Amino acid sequence: MLLFRKEIMIAKQSIKFLVVLFTLTTTLTAFANGGDHENQHTKGNQVDSPDEIREYISHHLKDSHDFHFYSDNATGRHFSFPLPVIVWTSEGLRTFMSSEFHHDDAGHVIVEKDGVKLTKIHSKIHELEAGAHQVKFDEYHHAVNAHRVLDFSITKSVFGMLLAGLLMLLGFGALARSYKKGHVPTGIGRFLEPLVIYVRDEIAKPNIGEKKYRKFMGFLLTVFFFIWILNLLGLTPLGFNVTGQIAVTACLAIFTMLIYMFSGSKDFWAHTLWMPGVPYLLRIPLAIIELVGFVLIKPFSLLVRLFANMTAGHFVVMSLIALMITMKEAFGPVTSTGMSLVLALFISVIEILVAFLQAFIFTMLSSLFIGMAVEEHDHH
Amino acid sequence: MDQLLNDFSPGLFFMQAIILLILIVLMRKFAWKPILNSLQDREDGIKNALESAENAKLEMQNLRADNDRLLKEARAERETMLKEARELKDKMIEDAKTEAQEQADKMIAQAQASIESEKKAAMAELKNHVAGISLEIAEKVVRTELSNKDKQLQLVETMLDEKSLN
Repeated sequence: MLLFRKEIMIAKQSIKFLVVLFTLTTTLTAFANGGDHENQHTKGNQVDSPDEIREYISHHLKDSHDFHFYSDNATGRHFSFPLPVIVWTSEGLRTFMSSEFHHDDAGHVIVEKDGVKLTKIHSKIHELEAGAHQVKFDEYHHAVNAHRVLDFSITKSVFGMLLAGLLMLLGFGALARSYKKGHVPTGIGRFLEPLVIYVRDEIAKPNIGEKKYRKFMGFLLTVFFFIWILNLLGLTPLGFNVTGQIAVTACLAIFTMLIYMFSGSKDFWAHTLWMPGVPYLLRIPLAIIELVGFVLIKPFSLLVRLFANMTAGHFVVMSLIALMITMKEAFGPVTSTGMSLVLALFISVIEILVAFLQAFIFTMLSSLFIGMAVEEHDHH
Repeated sequence: MDQLLNDFSPGLFFMQAIILLILIVLMRKFAWKPILNSLQDREDGIKNALESAENAKLEMQNLRADNDRLLKEARAERETMLKEARELKDKMIEDAKTEAQEQADKMIAQAQASIESEKKAAMAELKNHVAGISLEIAEKVVRTELSNKDKQLQLVETMLDEKSLN
């Protein structure tokens, strides 16, 4: 009974938290709407030319510093809320809200913070060199008098990661707690438990082996659900593209690499560095190839596979949605909209599958590599 | 490739590393460990339950086999006991019959023997009696006869003859 009451309390607390989060979101939106941004008026009213569409898509594929829902270019109003910017500049740490950039992404708005001039160019925050008042670009549109800073901002991707982490903690925490009441989980746990069992029995156990899999379950389960949830969040209109950020996939791949390198068995290192049963002359090049394979090629394949799949998915979905505009002149509004709708729906369904598949493949390959590293050869 | 490297944000990489690390630690502590332990416990429990059910089934079978065996044994025993009893009864009847026969034979024999002896006794008595009577008669005869010498001799003569005839 006491436990039940506690559960209710926790549920109430989480509801309260969500309400607070939602209120915060709406107020921030209102706040962001408050400012009128002159520079937006210079742009066209709608995103309708192929160049604008390409720009829009590539902008979306990148990380951004504010949480953007949509823009009304006719009035220059943006429906979004700002996120904190935390940058390490030549003068030290600077923090402010991204609303200070007023949605500028071309280096027009310059924010001055304690002697440091900062501006945002293509979703990257640049620091102007001393004495400069305006960003100068060369013919390739590269800033010549500004350089990039180390950006620890809570960007949209970081926000997405925090959201995914929170969802995981809530969901799986609930599953873990529900075992205290009995052997069979209740509520959301009923859905999550088979997934945990799936990762354990279909991914970890066959690749790592019955004896050693347990040690790596924390990493594998976390990574699997982290990637899956972020992939799925990427399919919502919130427009996260976290797993399509190369820094994120690189980090995940490096984690896998570090884990299998540090848990490699004696046999693994013996086989990698001094392959038995091979002529001595061949052993050194073989060792180099093996080492490069484990240190570089395998993590690289992991990071590129996830990055490319998710980016391509987002790109295709958005391009198909854009068909509605680009095909309007050729086929008329009804046909182009219908085509775009059907195709985008079709690809979105495939993307739902891909969201799972990529999480599965990443976890599968991670456990395969870990399995290779921890394997004991008993035939010597 | 240039575009990729340009898009790579060290800051995002760092944030991701921190978040992932914290998430792994938190999830391990609050979710994966209790979940995996509970799953393991439950699977072990199910396995044990199945095994004990199997054992119980085997035990039941053994018990039933035991029961059957006992029943069979009991039946066999009853069978033998009945047989023995029947035999015993037959034997007793037989014995009783023989004994009775013997008894009867013995009694008949005794009766015959006593009849014989009684007869003998009676005969002896009769002889004695007859002898006495004969003596008396003889006395009387002798008394009368002895008055005559011829007659006496004649008498001796006859008596001797008689004697020899006997």
